[in-house]
Amino acid sequence: MNYLTTIGLETHVQLKTATKMFCGCSLKFGEEPNTNVCPVCLGYPGALPVANREAIKLTVLSGLMLGCTINKHSTFDRKNYFYPDMAKDYQISQNTHPLCLGGGVTIQTPNGPKRIRINHIHLEEDAAKINHYGQFSGVDYNRGGTPLMEIVSEPDLSSPDEAMAYLQALKQILVYAGVSDCNLEEGNMRSDVNISIRPEGQEKLGTKVEIKNMNTFKGIFAAATYEIARQTYCVTHGQALVQETRRWDPDANETQSMRSKENAHDYRYFPEPDLVPVALSDEQIDAWRKELPELPSARRVRMMEEYGIPEYDAGVLADARANADFFEATAKLCGKALYKMVSNWFMVEVMRLLSETGKTIGECALTPESLAELIQLADGRVINGPTAKELLPELFEKGGMPKALVEARGLGQVSDTSALEAFVQQAIASNPKSVEDYKAGKKAAAGYFVGQVMKLSKGKADPKLVGELVARALEQ
Amino acid sequence: MTSETLTLSTAVAGLRTRAFSSVELTQSVLKAIDEKDGQINAFLTVDAEGALKQAAAADAARAAGADGDLLGIPIAIKDIINVEGQPCTCASKMLEGYVSPYDATVTARLRKAGAVFAGRTNMDEFAMGSSTENSAFKPTCNPHDLSRIPGGSSGGSAAAVAAGTALAALGTDTGGSIRQPASFCGCVGLKPSYGRVSRYGVTAYASSLDQVGPMTKTVEDAAILLQALAGADPLDGTTARIEVPDYRAALAGGLKGVRIGLPKEYFIEGTDPEVMTHIRQAIDSCAKAGAEIVEVSLPHTEYAIAVYYIIATAEASANLARFDGVRYGHRTVSPESVFDLYAKSRAEGFGTEVKRRIILGTYVLSSGYYDAYYGRAQKVRTLIRQDFAKAFTQCDVLMTPVAPTVAYKRGEATNDPLKMYLGDIFTVPANLGGLCGLSVPCGMTHDRLPVGLQILGPAFGETMLLRVGAAYERLKV
Repeated sequence: MNYLTTIGLETHVQLKTATKMFCGCSLKFGEEPNTNVCPVCLGYPGALPVANREAIKLTVLSGLMLGCTINKHSTFDRKNYFYPDMAKDYQISQNTHPLCLGGGVTIQTPNGPKRIRINHIHLEEDAAKINHYGQFSGVDYNRGGTPLMEIVSEPDLSSPDEAMAYLQALKQILVYAGVSDCNLEEGNMRSDVNISIRPEGQEKLGTKVEIKNMNTFKGIFAAATYEIARQTYCVTHGQALVQETRRWDPDANETQSMRSKENAHDYRYFPEPDLVPVALSDEQIDAWRKELPELPSARRVRMMEEYGIPEYDAGVLADARANADFFEATAKLCGKALYKMVSNWFMVEVMRLLSETGKTIGECALTPESLAELIQLADGRVINGPTAKELLPELFEKGGMPKALVEARGLGQVSDTSALEAFVQQAIASNPKSVEDYKAGKKAAAGYFVGQVMKLSKGKADPKLVGELVARALEQ
Repeated sequence: MTSETLTLSTAVAGLRTRAFSSVELTQSVLKAIDEKDGQINAFLTVDAEGALKQAAAADAARAAGADGDLLGIPIAIKDIINVEGQPCTCASKMLEGYVSPYDATVTARLRKAGAVFAGRTNMDEFAMGSSTENSAFKPTCNPHDLSRIPGGSSGGSAAAVAAGTALAALGTDTGGSIRQPASFCGCVGLKPSYGRVSRYGVTAYASSLDQVGPMTKTVEDAAILLQALAGADPLDGTTARIEVPDYRAALAGGLKGVRIGLPKEYFIEGTDPEVMTHIRQAIDSCAKAGAEIVEVSLPHTEYAIAVYYIIATAEASANLARFDGVRYGHRTVSPESVFDLYAKSRAEGFGTEVKRRIILGTYVLSSGYYDAYYGRAQKVRTLIRQDFAKAFTQCDVLMTPVAPTVAYKRGEATNDPLKMYLGDIFTVPANLGGLCGLSVPCGMTHDRLPVGLQILGPAFGETMLLRVGAAYERLKV
């Protein structure tokens, strides 16, 4: 008997806002515990929430990127449960009228593209972080109240690979839209995995198991793979599956039962009376729509056409919005004739530095202006290629403009024929053996002389011109 | 000078003419508390040192040319409103020893206006109750008859104003908690429209019903205090972005041409006949002064109490969840687990009535019951609102009794919660409808107990409410 897998994901994404969801506290990561707190996010008596407008905007932008319908009238609800990570002992979330409905993501599978539908996207506040210290535990409320957007997929995923592809696609779109850093190490993107199996041919979905709070893609893949094997084993060995919530233990490499359906929480949702409904006008939604960036796939195609670069290059560049933005800015500064050269420089030299240093383009000191100037200097033969490549790491690390560096250090290419002639004669005079070799037919010996002249010019000679001069001198 | 005979407006007049200073006025209030409050128990804490410091600062400001209707005026504050550095017990053991780290918006506004925070008044625990007997610390006595309750939940504020130990006070009203004690103690109490006054920093009982309002000796004083409290607050998204009118300017309007509606559902059997006599007399005198009397109907009135006790308790069950012993307030000794910490801290910290309402609220929201209780209550609430909207097309204000009785004996209703709930019948609908309501004294019974006349206006109709209240007040003199 063959079993089919059904996976649905509930993905919590931390939004890139300056302040918390319902108060003005900072969201800076890595601060001393309980320093970014106030009466509101500590749930003090009398404190009231006020919805963060930026978080609403970022959720709507996400919804628009993912093709959702934006709910023009959405509301907040209280989700009641007692736990020390929730200061008020209820979480403000959206239950009945979330901000975004529908939409989806297209992923690539071995059988071609597949559409993964989204049920809805809602906005809520994150819980605080609990740290355990042997005999006692501490609560750090710095994270409490962080804006979280929850993207709930339909159960359209049929393998752990598809789940990975979905999450990668989601991450790329969200980072692209600037709504989240999706930094997994900082817990920016966490998923609950709903997973079931059923015999091939059966319509009805099997018993669902939810694996809670997974924060790495690797973990989600491993947990889903484990769960499919476990459920298949149970079903084929006559063991009944129960609807339950499980947790992934990465050390034991297995999922473990947390609670069954009978012990599920009754969250007693009801409309949050402290917050008025979020009313969005068509004008507002349209204004936000104008701020949307191009999706990576559309950008790849456009960049191929606009800059005449190969599909592979366009794909690599479009993959990360910051790289694509940097490339396009540099290309525009250099002009149409140099598009291909800019693409080569970025794809080879800049990408190499990025991978060597582990930095992002936003973190290094290089600017489109400095890279464009460097490329133009090389193209205009003001400096030669090797000099340009030597200058790049410095611009990358320390910044500055290449023209000023070239002038200050006298790195300009020597193109003065008479000065180079002298070097050529000097090289020929001191290497009679190589001259003989050349005359004996070893034309490659010319390269040796070019190298000698470059050396004598301290690397500043125009290599093309030197080649011509050497050839002419040797033929005489 | 004795503060006991002063109103808020005569006190500020005295400060302006330099007849006395704020320090002298505050000392007089403190002296009155000292002499009388041992019997009345209106105050939970008195901050004499802090109050005199604020008074001295107000005097200095006035000497430097500053002025304002509340500059140097001592005001008593219900112990549910946060004042930075002061306790805010909500008359609960749960918050015994808690010191507030921040000012409520109403506190901040009064502070900016130069008011003096003399003391914190007693109340029913977490504003749940109608007699101030649910205070975890002590019951407050009615100054008119010490064996009787002052009403509640703002019973301490009402008793202090009535006893002359406060010139004016702040109360909160979720289902009648300003108007009913004002009626029982013979003072003026104003519940503003929902959204008129910020709730930020006011410990929540039922978020969609709570409002802060003034409790004063005269309608004019209520107008002065409301002027300082009202207005949109960026910290409370439920406050209305509606301009605040000049309330005192409305006081002289008179009754001529005002249409007073009498909802027939409020003039029924079961109300104390003596109370009804005084209400009828008040209405007659308004009619003689030129008001037009119309009968109106609010057909869903009979459901108001049920709807109120579903919605209020549901909201309260969530609002009071935060009192869990984790961050502040009462924490049980040596809990065995997190669950044990919650269960014991809450069992020890909350009183019976609070527990009763948390359990009720938890029940009506629980899975399978939501639609039958909370969902249905919200629908009926809409019908009640529509009743009022329709009534206010036929009249400018409504006049009714505040409560079916006068102040009753201590202990008389404590064993019968339902009886006490039914005492809220005339006040609760205004909260459900988001309306504004005023309680004005309208006479004394043979037992020398005050009766209160309730004037209800549409949402943000405080101007008309105060105009009618002030006009009626002038008729009595």
